[in-house]
Amino acid sequence: DTSLAEVNSFSPSVPISPSSMINQYKFEDGPELRDLFITVDDPESHITAIETFITYRVVTKTTRGEFDSSEYEVRRRYQDFLWLKSKLEEAHPTLIIPPLPEKFIMKGMVERFSDEFIETRRKALHKFLNRIADHPTLTFNEDFKIFLTAQAWELSSHKKQGPGLLSRMGQTVRAVASSVRGAVKNRPEMFTEMNNYMETFSQKINLLDKIAHRIYKEERDYFNEMKEYGPIHTLWSASEEDIADSLKGIAGCIDRCCKATEKRMAGLSEHLLPILHEYVLYSEILMGVLKRRDQIQGELDSKVDALANKKTEKDLFSEEIGKLEDKVERANNALKADWDRWKQNMQRDMRSSFTNVAENNLRYYEE
Amino acid sequence: MEDCLAKKMEITVSEAEKRTGRNAMNIQETYTAYLIETRAVESQIEGQCAPVDSLWRRYSEFELLRNYLSVTYPHIVVPPLPEKRADFVWHKLSADNMDPDFVERRRIGLENFLLRVASHPVLCQDKIFYAFLTQEGGWKEMVNETGFQLKADSRLKALNATFRVKNPDKRFTELKHYSDELQSVISHLLRVRARVADRLYGVYKVHGNYGRVFSEWSAIEKEMGDGLQSAGHHMDVYAASIDDILEEEEHYADQLKEYLFYAEALRAVCRKHELMQYDLEMAAQDLTSKKQQCEELATGTVRTFSLKGMTSKLFGQETPEQREAKIKVLEEQIQEGEEQLKSKNLEGRDFVKSAWADIERFKEQKNHDLKEALISYAVMQISMCKKGIQVWTNAKECFSKM
Repeated sequence: DTSLAEVNSFSPSVPISPSSMINQYKFEDGPELRDLFITVDDPESHITAIETFITYRVVTKTTRGEFDSSEYEVRRRYQDFLWLKSKLEEAHPTLIIPPLPEKFIMKGMVERFSDEFIETRRKALHKFLNRIADHPTLTFNEDFKIFLTAQAWELSSHKKQGPGLLSRMGQTVRAVASSVRGAVKNRPEMFTEMNNYMETFSQKINLLDKIAHRIYKEERDYFNEMKEYGPIHTLWSASEEDIADSLKGIAGCIDRCCKATEKRMAGLSEHLLPILHEYVLYSEILMGVLKRRDQIQGELDSKVDALANKKTEKDLFSEEIGKLEDKVERANNALKADWDRWKQNMQRDMRSSFTNVAENNLRYYEE
Repeated sequence: MEDCLAKKMEITVSEAEKRTGRNAMNIQETYTAYLIETRAVESQIEGQCAPVDSLWRRYSEFELLRNYLSVTYPHIVVPPLPEKRADFVWHKLSADNMDPDFVERRRIGLENFLLRVASHPVLCQDKIFYAFLTQEGGWKEMVNETGFQLKADSRLKALNATFRVKNPDKRFTELKHYSDELQSVISHLLRVRARVADRLYGVYKVHGNYGRVFSEWSAIEKEMGDGLQSAGHHMDVYAASIDDILEEEEHYADQLKEYLFYAEALRAVCRKHELMQYDLEMAAQDLTSKKQQCEELATGTVRTFSLKGMTSKLFGQETPEQREAKIKVLEEQIQEGEEQLKSKNLEGRDFVKSAWADIERFKEQKNHDLKEALISYAVMQISMCKKGIQVWTNAKECFSKM
């Protein structure tokens, strides 16, 4: 596949890590359909009088007609990604928008600008954009296109054009208000099932995330002790004659076990932990999506109720109601389709992650 | 191993029982008693089942036996007893002396001790040892009657006191260094091994949590459910497998521990030799100084400063009769001293000869035993990995069906 080769050889100065190549290969909807290739790399820090922040290079290659050029290179910072996400949520309230890596959390031992943190974030941002690109609807979103192609000043001015702060706040207030009103009475069975599923799923995925982290920690502690274990045998062999060779042999084996443990740990942190974390975020996103769907339906329901009470101005209302009904219908269908797609992806992701864990363990024991 | 007791007699420590009784200070205490069973081997060859003799002994009696052997055979590296208190524990094992696992491992250790003594060419012939195995009543009195406690050199208790030996035997000095190194390295190894075992336990057990969550998760999944459920089962198997693995490792640790304590026994022999050498040098020094005194009195010349010389100068010389008497006493002492020195020298040479023979025997035994222990440890590790491969192959299959 020559187009892929192009992307890989594009930036000779910045080596693309093997795992990011894997991300590029993980097409969610079949590789043959892809016509938009995105990479996120080359983090750079910028220091101004007010703040320090990191920008990432976003490179896009495409064959699509609606793009003026076939190649774009822009620099974006985390704030820009947040903006994109909120625009997508606004435009498609009942679609499942992929998760963004979180803002800096104090809990970890990772420093805000440590290499490890930046690299983890970069990988997650890369996945984020690629998931949007793979999504049948989101990929054609106008803000997405602007995000990928606009120069820095263009993007800033475009950002300012959106609905003002006050109206956005109004939306949030309404959202909160409707959720306070409780479960929607006419919610179709399907969405109630989804809600129940998500509640349990969310619980389980959070537990798995914790368990996986715990295993990582235990493995690391084990590794630290093992590091000391081998050398003792070597030390002992220095006082012995007959059994010196046996002792040195054991020391060598223990050191090899150490290396194997390191590989196993790396496997966990590169494959399983990020995926579990993403699905923890996904479960939050999905709960939000379900709420918004409920909210849209709530608007319809309240208008229907109002109609039932106000016999006059029927025509006006019915038009509105018609529109709302369409809206609800579209929202529901969108969500359903997206839900199916998400579940499939989730299954595939889990399957491959856990299989990968199993393979790593096999390799570990074989070594 | 020539005609040692182990060949003629089957010895086992087959049971352990909790007892309560009153001790020497009439205070009630709980202790564990161990059942020693012996059976003559010859009659078994004839196809008959020989009768089993048995008696109960407690740990303190084993200690008494070992002390007796150490004092009576100072040139022998006496096999060590299993530890008095649980040491090098990792979190699962308790440090309690009454804990059944500890008691069980101690039972095995005591049996091992008896077998070691019974297969030692010199020790197995000791009558007190034989009585320990066969005579229940009156054994303690028998031991005390040997008066071995009087022979025990209290200076040996001062472990680190140095005695300045002018001509140390290089071989024994090297051996003492070796025994120190061995003790230090084995105890370090055992400490780290215990920590490694603890961590390994953690890794395995946390995987058990996967089992539970997978099972709960599978309840809400349709296509993934079966794969998840069966994978969860394998995670449970994995988590449970560590218990057997670590129990086996405890036996390996016990084998190393035996040699940790053996190192102490080895060191004790070196110390005894050191003290012997010291006594010898002191006696020789004493003899030399007495001879000198004698000479001075006889010839009237004072070569070395002595208080007597000073006082005699100050207060007048002694009478010839007094001098004669003194010389006679000294001559007697010198003769005694020379005899003593001769016998001490002989003792020393005998000690070195027999000690060195036993040390060679010990070295061979140690190399053989340790090599076997290391090999069995490697085999254990391989078996653990094989089990791991099996579990994760199964798990992988389940995951791929998700």
